[in-house]
Amino acid sequence: MSSTTNPSTHHTSTIGAIGAPSRRNTELALLVFAVAIPVFAYANVGLAINNQVPSGLLSYGLGLGLLAGVAHLVVRKFAPYADPLLLPLATLLNGLGLVVIWRLDQSKLLQSIKQAGTAAPRQLLYTAMGIALFIVVLIFLKDHRVLQRYTYISMVGALFLLLLPLVPGLGANIYGAKIWISVAGFSIQPGEFAKIVLAIFFAGYLMVKRDALALASRRFMGLYLPRGRDLGPILVVWFISILILVFETDLGTSLLFFGMFVIMLYVATERTSWIVFGLLMSAAGAVGVASFEPHVKMRVQAWLDPMKEYTLSQAGVGGHSEQSMQALWAFGSGGTLGSGLGQGHSDLIRFAANSDFILATFGEELGLAGIMALLLIYGLIVERGVRTALAARDPFGKLLAIGLSGAFALQVFVVSGGVMGLIPLTGMTMPFVAYGGSSVIANWALVGILIRISDTARRPAPAPASNPDAEMTQVVRP
Amino acid sequence: MNKPLRRIAIFCGLLVLTLLIRDNWLQYVKADSLKNDDKNRRVTIARYSTPRGDIIVGGNPVTGSTETKSNGLNDLKYKRTYKNGPMWAPVTGYASQAFGANQLENIEDGILTGNDDRLFFRNTLDMITGKPKQGGNVVTTLNAAAQKAAYNGLKNTGGKGAAVALDPSTGKILALASYPSYDPSSFAGTSNKDAEAWKKLQKNANPADPMLNRALRETYPPGSTFKVVTAAAALENGLYKSADEATDSPLPYTLPDTHTELKNEGNIPCKNATMREALRVSCNTVFGKIGADLGKDKMLEEAKKFGFDAEQYTPVRTAASNFPEEMNRPSTALSSIGQFETAATPLQMAMVASAVANDGKLMKPYMVDMLQTPNLDPLEKTEPQELGRPLSAQNAQVLQSMMETVVKDGTGKNAQIPNVTVGGKTGTAQHGVANSANPYAWFISYAKLPDGSSPVAVAVVVEDENANRDDISGGGLAAPIAKSVMEAVINSKK
Repeated sequence: MSSTTNPSTHHTSTIGAIGAPSRRNTELALLVFAVAIPVFAYANVGLAINNQVPSGLLSYGLGLGLLAGVAHLVVRKFAPYADPLLLPLATLLNGLGLVVIWRLDQSKLLQSIKQAGTAAPRQLLYTAMGIALFIVVLIFLKDHRVLQRYTYISMVGALFLLLLPLVPGLGANIYGAKIWISVAGFSIQPGEFAKIVLAIFFAGYLMVKRDALALASRRFMGLYLPRGRDLGPILVVWFISILILVFETDLGTSLLFFGMFVIMLYVATERTSWIVFGLLMSAAGAVGVASFEPHVKMRVQAWLDPMKEYTLSQAGVGGHSEQSMQALWAFGSGGTLGSGLGQGHSDLIRFAANSDFILATFGEELGLAGIMALLLIYGLIVERGVRTALAARDPFGKLLAIGLSGAFALQVFVVSGGVMGLIPLTGMTMPFVAYGGSSVIANWALVGILIRISDTARRPAPAPASNPDAEMTQVVRP
Repeated sequence: MNKPLRRIAIFCGLLVLTLLIRDNWLQYVKADSLKNDDKNRRVTIARYSTPRGDIIVGGNPVTGSTETKSNGLNDLKYKRTYKNGPMWAPVTGYASQAFGANQLENIEDGILTGNDDRLFFRNTLDMITGKPKQGGNVVTTLNAAAQKAAYNGLKNTGGKGAAVALDPSTGKILALASYPSYDPSSFAGTSNKDAEAWKKLQKNANPADPMLNRALRETYPPGSTFKVVTAAAALENGLYKSADEATDSPLPYTLPDTHTELKNEGNIPCKNATMREALRVSCNTVFGKIGADLGKDKMLEEAKKFGFDAEQYTPVRTAASNFPEEMNRPSTALSSIGQFETAATPLQMAMVASAVANDGKLMKPYMVDMLQTPNLDPLEKTEPQELGRPLSAQNAQVLQSMMETVVKDGTGKNAQIPNVTVGGKTGTAQHGVANSANPYAWFISYAKLPDGSSPVAVAVVVEDENANRDDISGGGLAAPIAKSVMEAVINSKK
């Protein structure tokens, strides 16, 4: 065939020029499901609790549908080749989260301790703000490589955001973890935004330094050891993570940032030794802090023996919490198929039942089947993110995409692992489903950036100038 | 850069996989134990979400349910009520929203709440047809008249005590009373008043310990009533062939290997007395020596055949009565007259009387006759079960004639019932340091109708703190209660 006689470079461009399908209609079809499923779930909750279809069903359905529709139109216009799964998956999670938050709003127990009641309308507002930010990202960020220019500004910004909760008078200590700030009656978790800004800094920094970090190294016992001066950055990041852990007493945030950095470092340098270093350092840091810092230490003890923690809290011993054990009971009571939406008793968790612990409500009311589906949806988002990284044509895009998806995966792991008693509990929230403005808004921005990168990656290259040699070329598809 | 990217993808996949495995562990492997954990509030919520099924005696429920006054926060919809609570508490136990449940209320919780697997099909059907879930009933073997006689009899003595009546031929528990008792209604809810009532009933606040089920959970030294077991051992092992054979019993009798004399109560004719005579006047010397002659192994074997040293499940678990396994010869002699470390629950001594009355066949005692579905269909019926044969029919009849002599013209005259043959044995057991505390008055007996059938066997124990020490004897305090219980059973048969 003629193809064997032509330089292969022509082929790639030729195939590209035929046009990768934009998949916008796939996205639209999936979005219909992503809106319909939560609407049915919403009706289900109303029927289960009040024996009637909730009066807000129409406005809720229209609201979610409208938000998703606008987001879709913006993607269609400004990122036509974007990954078609990301938007529907995020919408589905966000919608289900709203339903479960509304369901917990109906709990008289949670209302009486001011833990719920009007959370769902606020969450809908946050969702609208999140999607607005998503749209802003898509409209104004025409090319993700622009972000590269802001590498060092990002570093300063991220440090600023991370340190905000430590500012006296601004930081708020909620349930022992100091990862919130309180502004005008709103609690904001700067860490959620820092996650994105930090990923931009790491991507920009590593893209420049990757060769130095990867090549200038000595071989020792089968591992490539970096030079001392190249070790600097990783030590600094490690040290900052430890500082977060010590001063903000949150294991999750610290693990998240350090894990994200190690992942990006590994991808940038392709050196396994960084993973080994990363694991050793985070283990040493976590163990060290966990044995000295009382709040972290207590979380670890609660993880090792939740029953004891429950008994102590029931006995009225201060500082102990029944949440972990209550969450385990909620999961266990849900069993394989769950009690059905609106029919569980996860409000027994009381504090943070609709934010940090919202997964327990999913577990009790939708059962093992529901949680597995939910985890797989998260897994799918991460998979699309990694695929975007693979498809991206520039190293900055690759690094940014993998950093964001890796951080997303770590966050899902740290939060659900904590709620399910796999690892000590941390103060982070499940992306999209948990109640909380910062989390929803930041994660919509994250999805926006991923969609931007995927659009750039999948966008067909401009048609090449016509090449007389290629005139006769026919692409043979198997 | 793509190779490490793929590895990171695998890493993220592993993270999700780990979560999936953990979730399966939680929601599949551990689901049942978490779901049914007593401390899991959902267990309580389910228990009180619908009107509880009833515990039934003689066709009438002794329990009920009432809707909780709700302020919107209380997640428990129904509260348990009891009719004549103190009298039935040793049978029903309690089901309290705040303090959990015990005894039948706990053991048959699945039936009473309707959550039992055997009701699953029905519940599913109800769910489809939109009917609310209902609990099933627990039908007991108890006899209301006998229970009333037992409870009132104990109450009238004013002391602490317990009474148990069994149907010897089946093992059905006919009466199960304990005094002082408590009203489980008083703390069935969650209010402060309920908490107050609960606190007052606890042992540390109330030395009379009203929540102790003395009929099943407390062991007392059985005293002379244990001589029935010793006599059975003598007959079974062929030490003496009949009731009227003179025994080899010196008086005074010195405990083997010691210089301590074993005393009788008063100056009674015990020298070489026959077993009939020795049981009639309750000779310590004769039965002490029989125990020592047989030795601890044979005594232990016989005691175990009657049910000693084992917990019974009625299905409420009882305390294990004790006959010591390791002891020397003088202790064996003392144990054989129901002293030393011998201790028995009232149920255990009723089992002894019932085995003798039932011609040597010991039936497993039980109090749940039947479990019913919410629409009263039988779900499970308890069949009488033989627990063992502590003695042969022939020896049992010999022992019956001895016990009947005790009531006819011995220490048990107070239990005589006109036109009914009654066999029994009194007991007065010492306790406390150097016997300083008030002794326990025991009486065990059975009634035999003219047709030869034996409808009831009873054991009664009373500790009367106010009584004059000398007044306490099984015949004086306990026998009248046993008599009224037997009469109640016989009258209800008519």
